[in-house]
Amino acid sequence: MMEIRFHGRGGQGAVVASRILAAAAFLEGKDVQAFPFFGVERRGAPVTAFTKIDEKPIRIKSEIDEPDYVIVMDTALLSAVDVTQGLKKGGLVLINTEKSAEEIHEILGAEKVAVVDATEIAIRNQLGTKVQPIVNTALVGAFARASGIVKLDSVVQAIGSEVPRNPERNQQAARDAYESTVVMEFS
Amino acid sequence: MIPYDKLPHTPIASVNSVVVKTGAWRTFKPVINYEKCIRCMICWKFCPDVSIRLEDGSSYPAQSERIKETIKEAPVIDYDHCKGCGICAEECPTKAIEMVPEEK
Amino acid sequence: MVRMLLTGNKTTAYSAMRSRVQVVSAYPITPQTTIVEHIAEFIADGLMKAEYIQVESEHSAMAAAIAASNTGARAFTATSAHGLLLMHEMLHWATGARLPVVMVNVNRALGPPWSVWADHLDSISQRDTGWMQYYVENNQEIFDTVIMAYKVSERPDIMLPSMISQDAFYLSHTVEPVDIVEQEVVDNYLPPYDPPYRLDVNNPAGFGSLVMPNHYYEFRYKIAEAMEKAKKYIKEAAEEWYEITGRDYRGLLDCYRCEDADVVLFGAGTMMSTAKEVVDWMRAEGKKVGVARIRVFRPFPGEDVRKVADGAAAIGVMDRAYGFGRGGAFFNEVNSALYNHRNRPPTKNYIIGLGGRDVKPRHIRAIFNDLLKVKDEGLDEEFRWFGLRRENMPEEEI
Repeated sequence: MMEIRFHGRGGQGAVVASRILAAAAFLEGKDVQAFPFFGVERRGAPVTAFTKIDEKPIRIKSEIDEPDYVIVMDTALLSAVDVTQGLKKGGLVLINTEKSAEEIHEILGAEKVAVVDATEIAIRNQLGTKVQPIVNTALVGAFARASGIVKLDSVVQAIGSEVPRNPERNQQAARDAYESTVVMEFS
Repeated sequence: MIPYDKLPHTPIASVNSVVVKTGAWRTFKPVINYEKCIRCMICWKFCPDVSIRLEDGSSYPAQSERIKETIKEAPVIDYDHCKGCGICAEECPTKAIEMVPEEK
Repeated sequence: MVRMLLTGNKTTAYSAMRSRVQVVSAYPITPQTTIVEHIAEFIADGLMKAEYIQVESEHSAMAAAIAASNTGARAFTATSAHGLLLMHEMLHWATGARLPVVMVNVNRALGPPWSVWADHLDSISQRDTGWMQYYVENNQEIFDTVIMAYKVSERPDIMLPSMISQDAFYLSHTVEPVDIVEQEVVDNYLPPYDPPYRLDVNNPAGFGSLVMPNHYYEFRYKIAEAMEKAKKYIKEAAEEWYEITGRDYRGLLDCYRCEDADVVLFGAGTMMSTAKEVVDWMRAEGKKVGVARIRVFRPFPGEDVRKVADGAAAIGVMDRAYGFGRGGAFFNEVNSALYNHRNRPPTKNYIIGLGGRDVKPRHIRAIFNDLLKVKDEGLDEEFRWFGLRRENMPEEEI
């Protein structure tokens, strides 16, 4: 089973991102589960969401403590949340940043780091505002590249069904992010 | 007493209880003087225990023949269930119902 | 077959749609869930033909469902936590009036302290209302159970209401793939509701009137008799659904690898799904453990509990609610089924997961290991508040 944890802020679309990723894997015939951290959400407050993907039916209903992948929607979260908590050995962190993978590795110490400037991609595709860009679809596209566990085509198709507003621009953001994601391994 | 398997799922009353004959509770009973009755059915409407039935009125006298011809039904008291509350006598606009002591 | 990714709440709305419910009454404020919002959308969009009645409280929601059911309509409502508690008086009424209302409850903790998280105390508190009670472990089971519940409830010789409980967040807010069975298939399985009695302006009658002590007793017995009889029909309804869908709900007690198990863990809801996975892990390590999920709590599958006890050397019961007497309700019922039975393995109660405390695979593993110790060394304590924050808390409970 692959377990993916999303870190975002209320309003950035972390919960929708977890569903898009689940829908993409579902399209590929996998069993999936997606859920928000069971809390009381507010705009701006740190938000956690989860996706589980497996070849066989997923029976475990508990929250994800030891993710294989962590997706961080905003570097400012790094000071507020321990995003790598419980990350499996060899696990990957995908982060929305202008920084390089080396710089992120310096900060987080993760062995595998993927970086993408999802904010720039979102603004370029007119998703959200400059102050609050909607980066979730770009990040799921980047995740397809960084993890290889879902295909970009599936992500694009899932955005079509899960995102009611501006699906085309969101699909383009996912494609752009897929192209520009940089993945690095450190040992 | 009715055995459990002969009872319905839940008590359903389309007429007064067939099990409990509340008529025995009476000390006064209403008696309709059909010659004063104008078939307004106010007694039937007010009876809190559905103890006044409407029956074919042709065999009952009435205040006038015209009433009998226009209104085919007459109120009849169900003495098995009437508790003798006297509301019908109180409401009757022509004072056609009298409350009479039950014979001991 | 249409497989969709749905939350438990949306799945519930689809189950009401496919059951062709005719009246939905609901009170929309917290602790209500999005179930009734989705149903309202379905009706507004013309996808569902039903009367939607917005009432002024949960008590009224149930009263309206009762009245609707009494006219011969298929009635549905949904609630949660304190909303369910406010319905309490009317729950008894639905039973006594013998009306097959079906309701989905999102299992949530009761306050104070205020909480919106998973806990079974809300529905367990309705244990003696005479409602059939189902506890489900995934979203698919919600959909399937609502439809099967109508089939059983509406039988002329049953005529009792059903409550289907799903864990808050673990199902209500979690997206899973769900097979939404086609309408024609459901229609074939679940014919329109045709009650043996109903409120009818052309044939007026009073329902639920007073009876004297010389008959009240018999009416209660008849409820008990119908509840007992429902066991057979629940199995039959599940058998027929299995033939159509291949999904197996044929046991009131959902036994997983119990046959040759040394220790068996009872419980209800989503944590039992997690437990099944842990059973497979521990079996691979050679530990003979099994799970008995209480899928139907009312009627209570006492005979099935006895069968499990015949094979097991120790029994654990997890309760996601506490009754402030001798342990949780499930523990009490399991014990009660066993006291007059010849085989009585030691039983141990684990109070766990209250107020949405996450029940993790490592917790279940620890409980199985604890039970294996009970099997070898005998019962150490009857009640264990598993995961209670305290000094020197064992690592496995964190």
